[in-house]
Parts: sequence; structure tokens; C-alpha cells
Amino acid sequence: MSVWDAVVGQTVVPGLQRTVEDASAARAGDGRGDMTHAWLFTGPPGSGRSVVARAFAAALQCPDGGCGSCSECTEVRAGTHPDVAHLVTEGLNIRIGQVRDLVPRAALRPSRGRWQIVVVEDADRLGEDAADALLLSVEEPPERTVWMLCAPTAEDIVPTIRSRCRVVQLRTPPYTDVARHLAATENVEERTAEFAARASQGHVGRARALATDEDARNRRAEVLRLPFDLTDLRQCLDAAANLVEAAKADAERHCDALDEREVEDLRTALGAGTTGRRPRNMESAVKELEKEQKLRRTRVQRDSIDRALVDVLALYRDVLMIQLGVRTELVNEEMRPSLDRLAGSGRAESTLRRMEAVVAAREALQANAAPLLALESMALTLREG
Amino acid sequence: MSALSTDPLVPVTLVAGPESLLAERAVAAVVRAARAADPDADVSHTTGGELTAGGVAEHVSPSLFATRRVLVVNDVQDVSDAVGELLVEQVRAPAPDVHIVLVHPGGVKGKKHLTALRKAGVHEVGAERITRPDDQVGFVRAEVRRAGGRIDEPAARQLVDAVGGELRALASAAAQLVSDSADGVVSESVIATYFEGRAEVKGWVVADRAVEGKTGEAVEQLRWALETGTDPVLITGALATALRSLARLSSVPRGQRDADVASDLGVPPWKVRILRGQLRGWSSDGLARAVRAVADADLAVKGGGNDPTLALTTALVHIGDARAQQPATT
Repeated sequence: MSVWDAVVGQTVVPGLQRTVEDASAARAGDGRGDMTHAWLFTGPPGSGRSVVARAFAAALQCPDGGCGSCSECTEVRAGTHPDVAHLVTEGLNIRIGQVRDLVPRAALRPSRGRWQIVVVEDADRLGEDAADALLLSVEEPPERTVWMLCAPTAEDIVPTIRSRCRVVQLRTPPYTDVARHLAATENVEERTAEFAARASQGHVGRARALATDEDARNRRAEVLRLPFDLTDLRQCLDAAANLVEAAKADAERHCDALDEREVEDLRTALGAGTTGRRPRNMESAVKELEKEQKLRRTRVQRDSIDRALVDVLALYRDVLMIQLGVRTELVNEEMRPSLDRLAGSGRAESTLRRMEAVVAAREALQANAAPLLALESMALTLREG
Repeated sequence: MSALSTDPLVPVTLVAGPESLLAERAVAAVVRAARAADPDADVSHTTGGELTAGGVAEHVSPSLFATRRVLVVNDVQDVSDAVGELLVEQVRAPAPDVHIVLVHPGGVKGKKHLTALRKAGVHEVGAERITRPDDQVGFVRAEVRRAGGRIDEPAARQLVDAVGGELRALASAAAQLVSDSADGVVSESVIATYFEGRAEVKGWVVADRAVEGKTGEAVEQLRWALETGTDPVLITGALATALRSLARLSSVPRGQRDADVASDLGVPPWKVRILRGQLRGWSSDGLARAVRAVADADLAVKGGGNDPTLALTTALVHIGDARAQQPATT
């Protein structure tokens, strides 16, 4: 077992392993070896950017280069290692305050003597001011500090930061690798694993959800009925409304209990429920927290709609493949008969226009459009083709 | 009963409602009547939170000088239960020559006391907000009459459009116009001299004009709305809602009852008739185009474009075109 086992289908692993050896040589200080101080892991969503970063961090901290079983490896995996800091956000953006808190930490010497590592997941969510706050530290880090940023593409990072980083490009893991990984780690049937790998189009996290969670499978099946029920205006509007409702339900499932507990914890921390005067700033602190929670809820909702749209897009891609007579495995192989019907009822041009509509809706949502309106507009375009 | 409601000098008056202008007037009417009946009348003001049981007793017990007394209790929702009971007692068995005015600003707080007072048969004056445009016009006409002038309905409507729904502003505008006009007749030209433009245009007004095919009027209303500070996002929201209702209605089978349609669409029943009228002249494809135009405007307003006014105007023009579009033959 090794820390790299968690990484699925990536060809960059051997290179990173060599880097780890180099790094420990550099640390020994006998003149050989070298270490890059800022890394940028890029790759499509679900390719495992943060998994790779985490494995790399563990390998750097581990005396055996990532054995996966020593205390260093275990702590990095659990996120409790004192020399590995994580910057993650559940909101729409990483706030400048979060970055400013982190920068002094990056200046410390590693407490266990190996490396001081800072992992910034979702570095594409760094706002311009937050990125500026990060710049100086990324540019000239102390000797033993390593920055690891993760983002979908290098272009998502401001050029000033990007140019200081060594870019590691990940690929979409092949279906077979994902299926094998699921079968090995999740105790699911081989057929389910294969279906999940295909349906998720190489998104490992999504594949895991589809393989293990029946609700997620049902939800997806429901979403994929959408293109078949768009004959009159009413159905289009209902389809859009259903997508938004489902996303809201998703957000409620994900956020409600969490929100409540966080508010409760904050109140307790500020001394609510005890005797004596109530602290003056408690209500405003709670308000602040609730604002954060609202942002998180918006993001969860938006992500959920986006997932659904990716599934719809894949379905039209399958239809296009059939229409163009490409002999290839479909993402939705199990739906082939109904896809054949859909393909027969239109032409490739209109399928392409429909795919454009889905892409346009995804972009609109990214640009903060009103979700219901954007999806209605999309559904109406899908109807016309 | 009618004699009672016109004579403000009753033992206990309850003024309930959020419209402070009307509440103040009701209080002033009681005070004026008391002073008219007895120039030495003693008027005192207090709030519900400050009024104690002892205070009530002090005010209602016979006075040494035997003057008429008026006690105005503002924020009556704050009174304690004990005081509340004493007040109800005053309705049942009023003390002579004492007039109590209880002012309640609306809302649910203190509802228990309100119910008890009403049950005891308190004389009540309403001070509800006037929100319907027709009622506001009626209010303006009454105000002008009160100030000794005359106004016809179109002129009153013009004044409401220009000043907005704020009663205080309407009342003072009405009084001002009466004193400014030579013969007390407030005509449309007098109003146009002093008031120009529109105070507030709501998003749904723009949306209604747009889906009715009155593109020119819609654009005019849009400019007023933006000029008076309406958020562009609210206007795209109103347009989307209007088109959504129409699109849903277009798929409802003919001959369904209005009430069923209303619950189906999630709109009040009276709206269905209006919607049916608006739907005339629309084809499905036209509606689809219109929704897309609004979605484009929404994106532009949210930062995709740099001129919200242009984006919204374009959307209105597209909606007009989409409505004019011949129904597709398919």
C-alpha cells in the first residue's frame, strides 16, 4: 500500500515520485537534488487534483517516500499533519482574510523538520486581491516551504502566480482505471463500477457517488429523462422548475443540519446559554456566519444544477455520435434504444444546437444568471433544436 | 351605531393599523372634539410600555376640577396583561368624562388585547395602509374635498402617478394644490405645473405593457422605472414571471375553469382573466423566443454587458417582435 494508490489513472505519478526522491536528497544537503517550491496541479473536475496534491504532500513528509502506513502519511491523509495546511472554501470565493491568515504560517519552519506544505484547493476561486496577498509568499518562499495549488486549468490562475508555479497536468482518468479503482475500494459489483465510471465520464468523486448511492443514480436517471419530455411549453418550464427544485433539495440536504450546528457552535463559543450578560457582538457574529452559509448554499445549488447539465450534455453527445454513425461506446450505453429513437427524430445540426444551448446555460449560471430563467431558456431551445 | 361612529367623543377609541397619517388624524379628531366640548380639557399622552395599572386608575378616577380628560396611549401592544384588562374594563364600564384613545400600529403583537377590546365592543377606527391604486385615487379626491377644493378622477390618478403611494406626500400635495389653484379646482394642467414625471414604476407594470404588445409604452415605463431607482434585476424578474405565467397558461386545455387554472398556475383567480387577455396574440414559438430574450437580458444585467438600460430595452423590443411573429405552421 502506498499513498499513490488513491490516485486514479494518472501518468504523472512516476515523475512526482522521482521528485520526492530528489527532494529528500536536496534536504540532506549533499549538493545533489533539488525541489520546486510552488506547484500547480491542473486537470478537469474530478480528475483528482487535490488527491494528487495530498498524496504528493504525504510522500514528501513520509520518511519512506509515501509508504501509506506510517504516522506521517496517516496524518496527512486525515488532514491533521502539523506541517500540511489546507485552504479550502465552501463558498463561491476564497476570501482575502483566509489567505492573510495562511501566509504567516507558510513562513514558519516545518515543526517536524521535513517540509512546510500549504495546499490551496480550488485556487481558481482566488479573487484578484486574494491572489495578490498570496503572491509574495509563492514568489519567494522560505527554504522548506512548498506551495501546492489546484485549479481546472492554468489559465484560471492570475498570470503573476501562474508564472511562479511548476504546472503538473492531470488527465481525465480512463473509464477502465476508474472502474478498477471503485471495485477495489468501494466493495461494489463490477457492473455497477463500470456503469458509474462511464456515466461519470471520468469524474472519480461523481463515479464513487453513483456507484455507492442509489439516490444519486435515481436522480441522474430522472435528469436524463429531460430531453424526452419537451414537446410543449409547459413541459419545458416544468423541466426547468424541477431541476431547480431538485438542486434546492440537494442544498437543503447538504446544508440545513450543517448550518444549524455551526450557528449553535458559534453561540456556545460566544457564551450563549450561560448566565450573565450576553456578549454584545454575538448577534452580528451570527449574522456574519449566516451570510457565509448563504453563499455556500448558493454554490451547492449551482454545482448541483451544473452536474445535471453535464449529464444532459453527455446524452446529446451520445445522440450526436449515433447520428454521425461513429462506432464508439456511449456514455449512456444502457439507454441505447431510446437514444436511437431520439437520434432518428432529428438531425445532427439540431443536436449540435442543443448542445450549444446546454453549454450556454452552464456559462450563464457561472455568470450568476437567475437559475430558473436560464434553464427555462435552455429547455425552450432544446425543444426547438 | 352610525351616530356613535361619527361622534368621536366615545369613552374608548381603538385606532389600529400601520398607516401613521390616518392614525394621527383619528387621535386629533378625538382631541379636537374634546376641546370643542370643553376648552379646558386635559390631554395627556403616554405609551403602552409606560402605562401602569396605577396610571390607568389615576386617569379614570374623578377629577377634583371635574374637567374632561383625554388619555392617548401610543404603542398599545406593549401594555402589560393587567393594564390590558383595566382598559377592557373601561370599555365595559366607562368612567364619566374620560376619553381614552388606544393606538395600535398593526402587526400581531398585542393581538390578545385587541381581541378582548373588540369583544367588549370598543369603537374602532381603521388606519390600514392604502395600497391599491384605485383607493389611493379615492384618498386624493377625499383630501382635496377636505381642503375645500374639487378634483376629477383622471387628475387624481395623475397626481398619484406623479407623487407615489405615500399618503403623507399625497395629502400635503393635495392641500398645496388646492391653495395654489385660483378657484379650488385642481385640474390636470395645475398638477402638470407643479408635478412632473412619475414617482415610482414597478417592474410588473413594464412587464404587463411588454406582454400586451405595447412595446413603446413598455420602454417608456422602463425608463421611468430605472430613473426612479428600480433595480434592473427586478425588471428581468418581472418579465420572466409574466412570460412564465403566459407560457404555462398556453398549455392549459381550453375551457378549464378560472379557479382551477389559477391554482394550477399559482396566481390569484382575478389574474387569470387578465392573463387570458394578454395571451391573445401570442404563439408558442413567440413565447419561447421572448423567454430567451429575457434570459439574455438577465445575463447582461448581471454583468455580461455594460449597459443594463440597453439590455432591457433590447429585450422589450425582442418581446414585441416575438409577439408579432406569425404562428409557425408546424
